Amino acid sequence: MGFPAQRLESVPDANGCFGHFGGRFVAETLMPLTLDLEAQYAAVKDSASFRAELAALQRDFVGRRSPLYFAARLTDRLKGATIYLKREDLMHTGAHKINNCLGQMLLARHMGKQRIIAETGAGMHGVATATVAARFGMDCTIYMGSADIDRQHPNVERMQLLGAEVVPVSHGTGTLKDAMNEAMRDWATNVASTFYIIGTVAGPHPYPTLVRDFQSIIGQEVREQVLDREGRLPDSLLACIGGGSNAMGLFHPFLQDPDVRLIGVEAAGHGMATGRHAASLQGGVPGVLHGNRTYLLQSEDGQIVDAHSVSAGLDYPGIGPEHAWLHETGRGDYVAITDDEAIDAFRTLCHLEGIIPALESSHAIAHAIKLAPTLPSSHIMVINLSGRGDKDMTTVTRYLADTSTNRGAA
Amino acid sequence: MASPRHRIAQRFDELQAADRAGLITFISAGDPDYDTSLDILRGLPAAGADIIELGMPFSDPMADGPSIQQASRRALNAGQDMHKTLAMVRAFREQDSETPLVLMGYYNPIHRMGVARFLELASDAGVDGLIVVDLPPEHDEELRHPAQAHGLHVIRLATPTTDERRLPRILQDAPGFLYYVSSTGVTGATDAMPEQVEAQWRRIRRQIDLPIGVGFGIRTPDQARRIAGFADAVVVGSALTDCLQHAECAVEGKHAVLERVRALADAIAEAR
Repeated sequence: MGFPAQRLESVPDANGCFGHFGGRFVAETLMPLTLDLEAQYAAVKDSASFRAELAALQRDFVGRRSPLYFAARLTDRLKGATIYLKREDLMHTGAHKINNCLGQMLLARHMGKQRIIAETGAGMHGVATATVAARFGMDCTIYMGSADIDRQHPNVERMQLLGAEVVPVSHGTGTLKDAMNEAMRDWATNVASTFYIIGTVAGPHPYPTLVRDFQSIIGQEVREQVLDREGRLPDSLLACIGGGSNAMGLFHPFLQDPDVRLIGVEAAGHGMATGRHAASLQGGVPGVLHGNRTYLLQSEDGQIVDAHSVSAGLDYPGIGPEHAWLHETGRGDYVAITDDEAIDAFRTLCHLEGIIPALESSHAIAHAIKLAPTLPSSHIMVINLSGRGDKDMTTVTRYLADTSTNRGAA
Repeated sequence: MASPRHRIAQRFDELQAADRAGLITFISAGDPDYDTSLDILRGLPAAGADIIELGMPFSDPMADGPSIQQASRRALNAGQDMHKTLAMVRAFREQDSETPLVLMGYYNPIHRMGVARFLELASDAGVDGLIVVDLPPEHDEELRHPAQAHGLHVIRLATPTTDERRLPRILQDAPGFLYYVSSTGVTGATDAMPEQVEAQWRRIRRQIDLPIGVGFGIRTPDQARRIAGFADAVVVGSALTDCLQHAECAVEGKHAVLERVRALADAIAEAR
């Protein structure tokens, strides 16, 4: 396949492409909107007032910067790499999602929009969107798959409390992809009034780029924090990937540092061999969905198939196009972790560090548990703890009960 | 012998000679099942369809409203796939070599099959054009150029959000006819406003000689008659898939679709 000629500094190109991934594959109704969004973003993103307002909100409203925490007991247990956790779980609303929502909200206000829409899977992006909508006094509608509403109910109540209308989406499989379809339909209908805050580094250009830019604060802080503590750059960065926004935010400031390994962890669900997983890079093929060309879980006939993961936030049949490109160029390494492994890692972190991680982030921890023992203590590893796990208590309790029942029966 | 006139151009010439607008009908291939859908397809020309749009069902029809979403779902649940859709075109062409047929859908199933293989099969089956909803002019070259080599038109779309700066890009290299999407939003959602649509249609007409078909939100014979007063063709989709959704059985659905097509065709014939 060869190394694409496109250089890192020149991505994405004018059509929003990372190599042959990305782009803006949308209906003509939305095309002028994506072009306008791109122009408006380019106009404000480097302005001093925009940056100053965003920085002040990140500090006082979100609680940045997030700590880089040395996981001493996890490091001791694994007897290998020195492990740090980037504590996005401590940020307002409990995950990294708010970084992006704040940035897009300032952009929406700049564009004179009065109404915000968003899709959500686990509900974390929905909560973050509802939060910033409340803070800025905007009307807010959140589309959420009906299956996800059942398994993430506390987040539905949080969104409603924050004043958002949560619209259940029961078409298709009633999960994140269907919520995204419905949000795009809303956007195409209410073109003049509405700003669509996409929650991940996917969708039509310029979304993958602007979400990445707003999330890059994670990697920028890690860079400073590791240099400060260790006097050098880290050796490896680990992050979980559904659409891939927390991973892209961590990775991006290190793309030009070839000695820093970038490791994205997809959800292998019941196991890659079962076909019931959410690992688009490991188990998908390139295609076009939700405005971009990327790796997708799909049938021979080109129909999108259901993703499966115990973690609702990773339960998406696609992946951000920049990850697809990093995968093909070999700059990023992508692996997959099963539900069982993620649940074990979840418990390990609870017991050893007194931190309840999100099930999404537990996938990254699970891979670290495999990888760290093979590395020397001089190896500095940073894991993005992208969110906290309070929302997952019901899922984990149910999962453990089911597993022990099954084991008992066997 | 010179190569025959393209079926789409031929049909618009005939319509112009008769001084009437064409009726373009959309059904989803395989809705509610393959056999019924093929029966409907074969019955459309006699019922008054001038051009046929045949939907390639897709799992994630982002630009479609509930009616066509459900039509896609019914077809996929009944086992429809790309090969069956192409087989349906081939079966249709055994009996009808004149009615232009355009496949409509989303890019992913074509992408999955591979553009080259898809075009070979589509051209062989007797397809005349393609409408790929999520393939804007910025990205359509990868399909449009090889399609041209097979004699297939990749139809361009313009919408109410297409502004003056953007319109020339859409009209440039547009083959066959232009599809004017008469309202923002999804298929079947809002009723088209004939006065506004006419103003938009005239704006585009000044810039291009290509025939312009108008669709989205046209449901009733009365709406069709009003649009047909000025447009070169009227596209009706959700109003037909509704017939299949509301039918008690497939046969009743088939009759309801064809009856609705006859009513629309009669109304259009009286428009000028």
